[in-house]
Amino acid sequence: MSLGLDLLLAALMLGLAGWTVLGRDMFAAIAAFIAYGLLLGIVWVRVGALDVALTEAAVGGGVTGGLLIAAWARLRATAMVERKAGAGLAVLAALASLGVAVLLAAVVLHLPQPAPTLVPEAMANLAPTGLGNPVSATLMAWRALDTLLEKLVLLLALLGIWSVAPDAAWGARPAASVDRDGALTFLAQFLPPVGVVVGIYTVWTSADAPGGAFQGGTILAAMWLLAVRAGLADLPRVASRWLRLALVAGPAVFLAVGLAGFVLAGHFLAYPEAVAKPLIVLIEAPMILSIGVSLALMVAGPPVPKGDA
Amino acid sequence: MTLLRDLFSIVAICAGGFFFLAGTVGLLRFPDMLTRLHALTKADNLGLGLIVLGLLPRVGSVLGGVKLVAVWALALLASACVSQVAARMGRLRDEP
Repeated sequence: MSLGLDLLLAALMLGLAGWTVLGRDMFAAIAAFIAYGLLLGIVWVRVGALDVALTEAAVGGGVTGGLLIAAWARLRATAMVERKAGAGLAVLAALASLGVAVLLAAVVLHLPQPAPTLVPEAMANLAPTGLGNPVSATLMAWRALDTLLEKLVLLLALLGIWSVAPDAAWGARPAASVDRDGALTFLAQFLPPVGVVVGIYTVWTSADAPGGAFQGGTILAAMWLLAVRAGLADLPRVASRWLRLALVAGPAVFLAVGLAGFVLAGHFLAYPEAVAKPLIVLIEAPMILSIGVSLALMVAGPPVPKGDA
Repeated sequence: MTLLRDLFSIVAICAGGFFFLAGTVGLLRFPDMLTRLHALTKADNLGLGLIVLGLLPRVGSVLGGVKLVAVWALALLASACVSQVAARMGRLRDEP
Protein backbone atom coordinates (compact mmCIF):
# COMPACT_ATOMS: atom_id res chain seq x y z
CA MET A 1 0.00 0.00 0.00
CA SER A 2 2.65 2.52 1.03
CA LEU A 3 4.93 1.42 -1.82
CA GLY A 4 2.05 2.05 -4.23
CA LEU A 5 1.56 5.53 -2.77
CA ASP A 6 5.28 6.29 -3.07
CA LEU A 7 5.40 5.10 -6.67
CA LEU A 8 2.32 7.20 -7.48
CA LEU A 9 3.94 10.25 -5.86
CA ALA A 10 7.17 9.68 -7.78
CA ALA A 11 5.26 9.35 -11.08
CA LEU A 12 3.26 12.53 -10.35
CA MET A 13 6.46 14.43 -9.47
CA LEU A 14 8.13 13.35 -12.72
CA GLY A 15 5.01 14.26 -14.71
CA LEU A 16 4.78 17.72 -13.14
CA ALA A 17 8.52 18.28 -13.59
CA GLY A 18 8.16 17.37 -17.27
CA TRP A 19 5.21 19.71 -17.63
CA THR A 20 7.15 22.54 -15.98
CA VAL A 21 10.08 22.13 -18.33
CA LEU A 22 8.33 21.21 -21.57
CA GLY A 23 5.10 23.24 -21.25
CA ARG A 24 4.67 25.78 -24.03
CA ASP A 25 2.68 28.26 -21.97
CA MET A 26 4.79 30.01 -19.33
CA PHE A 27 1.87 30.51 -16.94
CA ALA A 28 0.93 26.81 -17.09
CA ALA A 29 4.58 25.98 -16.36
CA ILE A 30 4.47 28.23 -13.27
CA ALA A 31 1.22 26.62 -12.09
CA ALA A 32 2.80 23.17 -12.54
CA PHE A 33 5.87 24.34 -10.61
CA ILE A 34 3.72 25.47 -7.66
CA ALA A 35 1.92 22.11 -7.65
CA TYR A 36 5.35 20.46 -7.84
CA GLY A 37 6.45 22.35 -4.71
CA LEU A 38 3.32 21.31 -2.77
CA LEU A 39 3.69 17.69 -3.88
CA LEU A 40 7.36 17.76 -2.90
CA GLY A 41 6.13 18.79 0.56
CA ILE A 42 4.12 15.54 0.71
CA VAL A 43 7.23 13.61 -0.37
CA TRP A 44 9.14 15.15 2.57
CA VAL A 45 6.30 14.04 4.86
CA ARG A 46 6.68 10.51 3.46
CA VAL A 47 10.37 10.43 4.44
CA GLY A 48 9.53 11.82 7.90
CA ALA A 49 11.09 15.28 7.45
CA LEU A 50 8.16 17.41 8.61
CA ASP A 51 10.20 20.60 9.11
CA VAL A 52 11.48 20.41 5.54
CA ALA A 53 7.96 19.61 4.31
CA LEU A 54 6.59 22.80 5.89
CA THR A 55 9.42 24.88 4.41
CA GLU A 56 8.97 23.32 0.99
CA ALA A 57 5.22 24.03 0.96
CA ALA A 58 5.64 27.59 2.30
CA VAL A 59 8.77 28.72 0.46
CA GLY A 60 9.12 26.29 -2.47
CA GLY A 61 5.43 26.37 -3.37
CA GLY A 62 4.13 29.62 -1.88
CA VAL A 63 6.78 32.34 -1.97
CA THR A 64 8.61 31.07 -5.07
CA GLY A 65 5.26 30.67 -6.83
CA GLY A 66 4.33 34.25 -5.89
CA LEU A 67 7.71 35.51 -7.13
CA LEU A 68 7.35 33.64 -10.43
CA ILE A 69 3.80 34.91 -11.02
CA ALA A 70 4.91 38.48 -10.22
CA ALA A 71 7.82 38.11 -12.65
CA TRP A 72 5.48 36.66 -15.29
CA ALA A 73 3.07 39.60 -14.91
CA ARG A 74 5.97 42.02 -15.36
CA LEU A 75 7.36 40.15 -18.38
CA ARG A 76 3.91 39.97 -20.00
CA ALA A 77 3.78 43.76 -20.09
CA THR A 78 7.00 43.80 -22.13
CA ALA A 79 6.08 40.86 -24.43
CA MET A 80 9.23 39.06 -23.20
CA VAL A 81 7.08 35.98 -22.50
CA GLU A 82 6.87 35.31 -26.22
CA ARG A 83 10.63 35.09 -26.61
CA LYS A 84 11.91 31.52 -26.61
CA ALA A 85 15.43 30.48 -25.72
CA GLY A 86 17.58 29.39 -28.66
CA ALA A 87 18.15 25.69 -29.42
CA GLY A 88 21.80 25.88 -28.36
CA LEU A 89 20.91 27.29 -24.94
CA ALA A 90 18.15 24.68 -24.49
CA VAL A 91 20.57 21.82 -25.25
CA LEU A 92 23.14 23.32 -22.87
CA ALA A 93 20.56 23.62 -20.09
CA ALA A 94 19.36 20.04 -20.71
CA LEU A 95 22.95 18.73 -20.55
CA ALA A 96 23.67 20.65 -17.33
CA SER A 97 20.46 19.34 -15.71
CA LEU A 98 21.25 15.81 -16.84
CA GLY A 99 24.74 16.13 -15.36
CA VAL A 100 23.34 17.23 -12.00
CA ALA A 101 20.77 14.40 -12.04
CA VAL A 102 23.41 11.76 -12.85
CA LEU A 103 25.75 13.07 -10.13
CA LEU A 104 22.93 13.10 -7.56
CA ALA A 105 21.86 9.59 -8.51
CA ALA A 106 25.47 8.37 -8.27
CA VAL A 107 25.85 9.92 -4.80
CA VAL A 108 22.56 8.48 -3.54
CA LEU A 109 23.28 5.00 -4.93
CA HIS A 110 26.79 4.93 -3.43
CA LEU A 111 25.81 5.93 0.10
CA PRO A 112 27.28 3.43 2.56
CA GLN A 113 24.80 1.02 4.19
CA PRO A 114 23.71 1.97 6.79
CA ALA A 115 23.99 5.66 5.88
CA PRO A 116 26.21 7.71 8.22
CA THR A 117 24.12 9.60 10.75
CA LEU A 118 24.56 12.18 13.49
CA VAL A 119 21.11 11.46 14.94
CA PRO A 120 22.24 9.62 18.13
CA GLU A 121 24.74 12.39 18.87
CA ALA A 122 22.11 15.07 18.22
CA MET A 123 19.56 13.40 20.50
CA ALA A 124 22.19 12.97 23.24
CA ASN A 125 23.08 16.68 23.16
CA LEU A 126 19.54 18.02 22.82
CA ALA A 127 18.97 18.79 26.52
CA PRO A 128 21.52 21.66 26.90
CA THR A 129 19.85 23.65 24.08
CA GLY A 130 16.55 23.72 25.96
CA LEU A 131 14.77 22.62 22.76
CA GLY A 132 12.85 19.43 22.06
CA ASN A 133 13.05 19.48 18.27
CA PRO A 134 16.49 18.33 17.02
CA VAL A 135 15.95 20.14 13.69
CA SER A 136 15.47 23.48 15.49
CA ALA A 137 18.47 22.72 17.70
CA THR A 138 20.57 22.14 14.58
CA LEU A 139 19.37 25.38 12.97
CA MET A 140 19.56 27.60 16.04
CA ALA A 141 22.44 26.11 18.06
CA TRP A 142 24.80 23.65 16.36
CA ARG A 143 24.72 25.18 12.87
CA ALA A 144 23.57 28.68 13.85
CA LEU A 145 26.16 30.23 11.54
CA ASP A 146 24.45 28.68 8.50
CA THR A 147 21.10 30.05 9.67
CA LEU A 148 22.57 33.52 10.22
CA LEU A 149 24.09 33.54 6.72
CA GLU A 150 20.76 32.33 5.28
CA LYS A 151 19.01 35.40 6.68
CA LEU A 152 21.74 37.67 5.31
CA VAL A 153 21.28 36.10 1.88
CA LEU A 154 17.59 37.03 2.10
CA LEU A 155 18.56 40.69 2.69
CA LEU A 156 21.02 40.58 -0.22
CA ALA A 157 18.29 39.17 -2.48
CA LEU A 158 15.98 42.03 -1.52
CA LEU A 159 18.76 44.55 -2.21
CA GLY A 160 19.25 42.89 -5.60
CA ILE A 161 15.55 43.35 -6.41
CA TRP A 162 15.57 46.97 -5.25
CA SER A 163 18.70 47.72 -7.26
CA VAL A 164 16.88 47.23 -10.58
CA ALA A 165 14.63 50.22 -9.77
CA PRO A 166 15.19 53.30 -11.95
CA ASP A 167 16.83 56.32 -10.25
CA ALA A 168 13.57 58.25 -10.18
CA ALA A 169 11.91 55.48 -8.15
CA TRP A 170 14.57 55.21 -5.47
CA GLY A 171 13.04 55.53 -2.01
CA ALA A 172 9.47 55.26 -3.34
CA ARG A 173 6.96 52.42 -2.82
CA PRO A 174 6.78 49.16 -4.78
CA ALA A 175 3.81 49.01 -7.16
CA ALA A 176 0.74 47.49 -5.52
CA SER A 177 -1.98 46.15 -7.79
CA VAL A 178 -5.15 46.67 -5.76
CA ASP A 179 -8.40 44.81 -6.32
CA ARG A 180 -11.26 46.32 -4.31
CA ASP A 181 -13.60 43.36 -4.57
CA GLY A 182 -16.12 42.56 -1.85
CA ALA A 183 -15.11 38.93 -1.40
CA LEU A 184 -11.41 39.79 -1.34
CA THR A 185 -11.98 42.59 1.18
CA PHE A 186 -13.82 40.14 3.41
CA LEU A 187 -11.02 37.58 3.15
CA ALA A 188 -8.39 40.26 3.82
CA GLN A 189 -10.26 41.39 6.93
CA PHE A 190 -11.04 37.94 8.28
CA LEU A 191 -7.92 35.91 7.52
CA PRO A 192 -4.94 38.04 8.74
CA PRO A 193 -5.83 37.85 12.47
CA VAL A 194 -5.96 34.05 12.14
CA GLY A 195 -2.84 33.96 9.95
CA VAL A 196 -0.78 36.16 12.28
CA VAL A 197 -1.55 33.85 15.21
CA VAL A 198 -0.75 30.75 13.12
CA GLY A 199 2.49 32.34 11.86
CA ILE A 200 3.74 33.24 15.34
CA TYR A 201 2.61 29.83 16.65
CA THR A 202 4.60 28.14 13.89
CA VAL A 203 7.77 29.80 15.19
CA TRP A 204 6.96 29.26 18.86
CA THR A 205 6.12 25.58 18.45
CA SER A 206 9.33 24.90 16.50
CA ALA A 207 11.10 24.55 19.87
CA ASP A 208 9.46 21.16 20.36
CA ALA A 209 7.61 20.33 17.13
CA PRO A 210 8.02 20.94 13.38
CA GLY A 211 7.88 24.63 12.48
CA GLY A 212 10.30 27.51 12.24
CA ALA A 213 10.97 31.16 11.51
CA PHE A 214 10.96 30.75 7.73
CA GLN A 215 7.62 28.95 7.67
CA GLY A 216 6.04 31.38 10.15
CA GLY A 217 7.54 34.41 8.37
CA THR A 218 6.08 33.21 5.07
CA ILE A 219 2.59 33.10 6.59
CA LEU A 220 2.99 36.64 7.97
CA ALA A 221 4.21 37.86 4.57
CA ALA A 222 1.21 36.26 2.86
CA MET A 223 -1.22 37.95 5.28
CA TRP A 224 0.38 41.37 4.64
CA LEU A 225 0.30 40.93 0.86
CA LEU A 226 -3.35 39.83 1.06
CA ALA A 227 -4.24 43.05 2.91
CA VAL A 228 -2.22 45.09 0.35
CA ARG A 229 -3.97 43.37 -2.55
CA ALA A 230 -7.38 44.19 -1.07
CA GLY A 231 -6.34 47.83 -0.64
CA LEU A 232 -6.53 47.62 3.18
CA ALA A 233 -2.81 48.14 3.78
CA ASP A 234 -0.02 50.09 2.08
CA LEU A 235 3.41 48.93 1.04
CA PRO A 236 6.03 51.09 2.76
CA ARG A 237 8.44 53.42 0.95
CA VAL A 238 11.71 51.52 0.60
CA ALA A 239 13.50 54.51 2.20
CA SER A 240 11.32 54.29 5.31
CA ARG A 241 13.34 54.05 8.51
CA TRP A 242 10.82 51.69 10.13
CA LEU A 243 11.07 49.35 7.19
CA ARG A 244 14.86 49.33 7.30
CA LEU A 245 14.76 48.66 11.04
CA ALA A 246 12.32 45.76 10.59
CA LEU A 247 14.56 44.30 7.87
CA VAL A 248 17.81 44.38 9.86
CA ALA A 249 16.33 43.67 13.33
CA GLY A 250 16.50 39.86 12.93
CA PRO A 251 20.07 39.55 11.58
CA ALA A 252 21.30 42.35 13.91
CA VAL A 253 20.00 40.68 17.09
CA PHE A 254 21.32 37.32 15.84
CA LEU A 255 24.75 38.87 15.25
CA ALA A 256 24.71 40.65 18.62
CA VAL A 257 23.88 37.42 20.48
CA GLY A 258 26.55 35.65 18.42
CA LEU A 259 29.20 38.23 19.38
CA ALA A 260 28.07 38.11 23.00
CA GLY A 261 28.85 34.38 22.80
CA PHE A 262 32.59 35.26 22.78
CA VAL A 263 32.22 36.79 26.26
CA LEU A 264 29.52 34.55 27.73
CA ALA A 265 30.46 31.11 26.40
CA GLY A 266 33.87 31.45 24.75
CA HIS A 267 32.82 31.09 21.08
CA PHE A 268 31.05 33.04 18.35
CA LEU A 269 27.36 32.00 18.38
CA ALA A 270 27.77 29.90 21.54
CA TYR A 271 25.06 30.18 24.19
CA PRO A 272 25.62 29.73 27.93
CA GLU A 273 23.70 26.58 28.81
CA ALA A 274 21.53 28.19 31.51
CA VAL A 275 19.99 30.77 29.14
CA ALA A 276 20.19 28.89 25.81
CA LYS A 277 16.42 28.70 25.33
CA PRO A 278 15.69 32.37 26.22
CA LEU A 279 18.51 33.49 23.90
CA ILE A 280 17.11 31.39 21.05
CA VAL A 281 13.66 32.92 21.59
CA LEU A 282 15.28 36.38 21.67
CA ILE A 283 16.84 35.66 18.26
CA GLU A 284 13.70 34.15 16.74
CA ALA A 285 11.30 36.94 17.71
CA PRO A 286 12.82 39.75 15.58
CA MET A 287 13.82 37.14 12.99
CA ILE A 288 10.23 36.24 12.11
CA LEU A 289 9.52 39.96 11.58
CA SER A 290 12.57 40.41 9.34
CA ILE A 291 11.83 37.27 7.32
CA GLY A 292 8.16 38.18 6.89
CA VAL A 293 8.94 41.73 5.76
CA SER A 294 11.75 40.66 3.40
CA LEU A 295 9.68 37.92 1.76
CA ALA A 296 6.67 40.22 1.30
CA LEU A 297 8.83 42.96 -0.23
CA MET A 298 10.59 40.47 -2.52
CA VAL A 299 7.21 39.43 -3.94
CA ALA A 300 6.11 43.11 -4.11
CA GLY A 301 9.10 43.88 -6.34
CA PRO A 302 11.26 46.98 -6.89
CA PRO A 303 9.95 50.47 -6.10
CA VAL A 304 8.35 52.42 -8.96
CA PRO A 305 8.35 56.20 -9.61
CA LYS A 306 5.64 58.04 -7.70
CA GLY A 307 3.29 58.65 -10.62
CA ASP A 308 3.14 54.96 -11.61
CA ALA A 309 2.37 53.56 -8.15
CA MET B 1 -17.28 -0.66 18.05
CA THR B 2 -13.82 -0.28 16.45
CA LEU B 3 -15.16 -2.02 13.36
CA LEU B 4 -18.03 0.45 13.16
CA ARG B 5 -15.65 3.37 13.61
CA ASP B 6 -13.29 2.08 10.92
CA LEU B 7 -16.23 1.50 8.59
CA PHE B 8 -17.39 5.10 9.12
CA SER B 9 -13.87 6.38 8.36
CA ILE B 10 -13.55 4.26 5.23
CA VAL B 11 -16.95 5.31 3.85
CA ALA B 12 -16.42 9.03 4.59
CA ILE B 13 -12.86 9.17 3.21
CA CYS B 14 -13.84 7.23 0.08
CA ALA B 15 -16.80 9.59 -0.46
CA GLY B 16 -14.41 12.54 -0.01
CA GLY B 17 -12.03 11.02 -2.52
CA PHE B 18 -14.93 10.59 -4.94
CA PHE B 19 -15.77 14.31 -4.73
CA PHE B 20 -12.12 15.21 -5.40
CA LEU B 21 -12.14 12.90 -8.43
CA ALA B 22 -15.47 14.30 -9.68
CA GLY B 23 -14.23 17.87 -9.09
CA THR B 24 -11.06 17.16 -11.08
CA VAL B 25 -13.01 15.59 -13.95
CA GLY B 26 -15.33 18.61 -13.91
CA LEU B 27 -12.38 20.99 -13.93
CA LEU B 28 -10.98 19.26 -16.99
CA ARG B 29 -14.23 18.62 -18.89
CA PHE B 30 -16.62 21.48 -18.14
CA PRO B 31 -16.94 24.05 -20.94
CA ASP B 32 -16.43 27.43 -19.26
CA MET B 33 -14.85 29.06 -16.26
CA LEU B 34 -17.90 29.40 -14.01
CA THR B 35 -18.86 25.72 -14.27
CA ARG B 36 -15.21 24.74 -13.73
CA LEU B 37 -15.05 26.87 -10.59
CA HIS B 38 -18.26 25.20 -9.45
CA ALA B 39 -16.65 21.76 -9.89
CA LEU B 40 -13.48 22.88 -8.12
CA THR B 41 -15.19 24.31 -5.05
CA LYS B 42 -17.22 21.11 -4.61
CA ALA B 43 -13.91 19.23 -4.27
CA ASP B 44 -12.75 21.69 -1.60
CA ASN B 45 -15.99 21.92 0.34
CA LEU B 46 -17.40 18.41 0.23
CA GLY B 47 -14.30 16.36 -0.60
CA LEU B 48 -12.11 17.86 2.10
CA GLY B 49 -15.06 18.03 4.53
CA LEU B 50 -15.82 14.33 4.16
CA ILE B 51 -12.15 13.36 4.50
CA VAL B 52 -11.89 15.46 7.69
CA LEU B 53 -15.11 13.84 8.95
CA GLY B 54 -13.65 10.40 8.27
CA LEU B 55 -10.42 11.27 10.07
CA LEU B 56 -12.13 12.76 13.15
CA PRO B 57 -12.79 9.42 14.95
CA ARG B 58 -9.11 8.53 14.44
CA VAL B 59 -7.48 11.55 16.13
CA GLY B 60 -6.24 10.96 19.65
CA SER B 61 -7.17 14.30 21.22
CA VAL B 62 -9.96 16.86 21.10
CA LEU B 63 -7.40 19.54 20.16
CA GLY B 64 -6.29 17.46 17.18
CA GLY B 65 -9.90 17.20 16.03
CA VAL B 66 -10.43 20.94 16.43
CA LYS B 67 -7.30 21.57 14.32
CA LEU B 68 -8.62 19.28 11.56
CA VAL B 69 -11.97 21.08 11.51
CA ALA B 70 -10.14 24.44 11.51
CA VAL B 71 -8.13 23.31 8.45
CA TRP B 72 -11.38 22.51 6.67
CA ALA B 73 -13.01 25.80 7.70
CA LEU B 74 -10.00 27.82 6.47
CA ALA B 75 -9.93 25.95 3.16
CA LEU B 76 -13.68 26.60 2.83
CA LEU B 77 -13.24 30.32 3.47
CA ALA B 78 -10.30 30.64 1.08
CA SER B 79 -11.92 28.66 -1.74
CA ALA B 80 -15.22 30.55 -1.47
CA CYS B 81 -13.52 33.98 -1.57
CA VAL B 82 -10.93 33.10 -4.18
CA SER B 83 -13.49 31.58 -6.55
CA GLN B 84 -15.56 34.79 -6.28
CA VAL B 85 -12.48 36.83 -7.18
CA ALA B 86 -11.50 34.49 -10.01
CA ALA B 87 -15.04 34.49 -11.44
CA ARG B 88 -15.20 38.31 -11.40
CA MET B 89 -11.76 38.60 -13.01
CA GLY B 90 -12.84 36.15 -15.70
CA ARG B 91 -16.02 38.11 -16.45
CA LEU B 92 -14.09 41.37 -16.63
CA ARG B 93 -11.76 39.75 -19.13
CA ASP B 94 -14.51 38.19 -21.27
CA GLU B 95 -16.87 41.21 -21.41
CA PRO B 96 -14.73 44.34 -21.31
